Amino acid sequence: MVVAAAAVVAVGCSPDDGGEGGLSGTITVLTNRTDVVDTRFQEYVQEFQRTYPDIDVEFEPLTDYEGDLQVRLNTNDYGDVLLIPDSMTKDQLPQFFEPLGSAEELGEAYRYVNEQAFEGQVYGLATFGVVTGYALNLDVWAQAGVTEPPATEEEFLDALQAIEAETDAIPYYTNYADGWPLTQWQNNQGAVVGPESVQERVASDAPWTPGQEQYAIDGLLYDIVDAGLAEPDPTTTNWEESKNLLVDGEIGSMVLGSWSIPQFHEAAEEMGVSQENVGFWPMPWQDDGTFQAASGGDYKIGISQHSENKEAARAWIDWFLTESDFAQDEGGIPVAVGSDLPDELVSFEEMDARLVEMAPVPEGEESLDSDIYNEAEIDLFGDQYRRSLIDSARGAASGDKDAFFADLNSRWGDARASVAD
Amino acid sequence: MAALRERCRPAPQPSPRVSGSRGTARRSWRATPWLFLLVPLGFLVLFTYVPVTNMVWYSFTSWDGLDQTKDPVGFDNYVKIFTEPEIFSVFLVSIYYLVAALIQLALALYFATILSFRTRFRNLFKGVVFFPYLLNGVAIGLMFLYFFRPDGTLDALVALVGVNDPPHWLGDPSIANYALAMTSVWRFMGLNFVLFLGAIQSIPSELYEAADMDGATAWQKFRYIILPGIKQIVGLSMILAISGALSVFEIPFIMTGGANETSTFVIETINTAFTFSQVGLASAMAVVLLCIVLFISWAQRMIFPEGKSDLV
Repeated sequence: MVVAAAAVVAVGCSPDDGGEGGLSGTITVLTNRTDVVDTRFQEYVQEFQRTYPDIDVEFEPLTDYEGDLQVRLNTNDYGDVLLIPDSMTKDQLPQFFEPLGSAEELGEAYRYVNEQAFEGQVYGLATFGVVTGYALNLDVWAQAGVTEPPATEEEFLDALQAIEAETDAIPYYTNYADGWPLTQWQNNQGAVVGPESVQERVASDAPWTPGQEQYAIDGLLYDIVDAGLAEPDPTTTNWEESKNLLVDGEIGSMVLGSWSIPQFHEAAEEMGVSQENVGFWPMPWQDDGTFQAASGGDYKIGISQHSENKEAARAWIDWFLTESDFAQDEGGIPVAVGSDLPDELVSFEEMDARLVEMAPVPEGEESLDSDIYNEAEIDLFGDQYRRSLIDSARGAASGDKDAFFADLNSRWGDARASVAD
Repeated sequence: MAALRERCRPAPQPSPRVSGSRGTARRSWRATPWLFLLVPLGFLVLFTYVPVTNMVWYSFTSWDGLDQTKDPVGFDNYVKIFTEPEIFSVFLVSIYYLVAALIQLALALYFATILSFRTRFRNLFKGVVFFPYLLNGVAIGLMFLYFFRPDGTLDALVALVGVNDPPHWLGDPSIANYALAMTSVWRFMGLNFVLFLGAIQSIPSELYEAADMDGATAWQKFRYIILPGIKQIVGLSMILAISGALSVFEIPFIMTGGANETSTFVIETINTAFTFSQVGLASAMAVVLLCIVLFISWAQRMIFPEGKSDLV
């Protein structure tokens, strides 16, 4: 209804057809944002139609976006504009999506262009960017005597130990039961070894060896749980509840993307607690005394190869990414090059944290990483093996850190060899 | 024999029409049941046989669920299933559910027997026992998640009897499967109960009267009247229990997501298909599970052949 009303208004405003470039038609946009599709998205459309009065934008919200889309992509009917699902490998992009331009050229205008690119062509642009770090309750940390972000893994673990000793809070909360919060750890890739992180991983037969990034990331999680600094029963956690617990000072910290900050603020508001209590710090990895924080794009938006209105679709994407307030509204980093960090991340600037973006993957190796981890059945961007990791660390499964990582290494090595064949 | 069959066949309907149109009239009469069946059969083919055929075809490919080309790989996927011990070892988890299912059948039979006689608040108890089955599986999963969590309902209950340091019901892998299996008993006992109750009530009451006159005890009535009378249903329930135990999915998937050594074959299949993008291998796993369940059903027909109960 709202769409129709907006369209009528727009048509009413401009009796002479052909606004900018004379683009017209209706485009369908698939979105995972069922929460704002009838509110904020409609406002964006109204704004959009001031420039493009003859383009109608219809949204199709999908609750289980990844699952539904995997099935939809087997047909030719998956809207005009959609978010590229995470399960798609890079070499499949040309089968489903229109190329948007070369990475080099688009890179001048947009951040994160390499994340959904294949053979130098970009197939999807990030809707907004996030930085990975950890949300923390500043009060709890101050009670434990920590007011500065720890700069090394040891300092971080010491800080959590101090919270355990000095306060009643659970120092670290894994959110094991929901699963997806565990995937946030992988978004730290790049924070330890820099932009070439993925290339280093696929070149290694044993990424879970001291000195390598995957060891640093997963090792830190292992050590936290192993030292008893995580929640006592991880199997019954609940994400929605965990936000309130952190705001309320019952949880010390959680590793998450910066997208979570507005949600903590909302939780604080609902509970009548000051938002100032919630902080967001970079992970304890430094390079030459400077914090390195991994920054990546959220879902990338692309154009269906079967779209009958590709120009209008492109107009929407460009407008949505550069003109709309979507990124700001999400507390995310706007993707247009040169735009400022959102207010939520001002603390990162104050700490001089360097944001690390992924470097382009060499041609021909675009899907090597996913080929290896799928073959090895190590879901780097999923929750399965990190759950096993936590089970091992908390003593619920057999084996210690060395044995667990040795097993990961051997699976990775074997898969790497079989993919290379 | 031929004469007999001739006699059994309904006499041809005298047709008021001329002989020319007689054939068509008869044919349309014969087609009527098929016309009624057309829609349900269409759905059956469309939503069951076509997908299963596709699944069998996928199981011979290395498809990842998205790619536009599906490369045939012959029996590779099946070879992988039967040569990698990790894939089959998850069936061990089914043993918990199988044992739980036997407990479930015993309880259901007990309640059905008691409540088929005159008992105070009989209808209320029938409702109470059957009610969990009406609840949505997801709701049950969430409800029991709260029930089992630390300082949750169960911990409060055991604290009443003096256990102050209860284990983590879902967090401890040596207990988690028992907790999940018991949740499954709670949920599905109502179904078995209703099946048994219906069967028991179809036993003619004269048999009980005769047994009473002979001075039979309650146990004897159960052993010699009820049990033989509902043999078929018990056999069927056993088969459902076994195939159910092999394909457990909902409760562990919602409550633990298969973590903490509670993964089942169906959860592994889903992960293989959608987490590791190996739809080909996952389809092969599904085909293997289908074959196992078909085999068990066949075995059931062999062990409990169809026929009258030997009660009367």
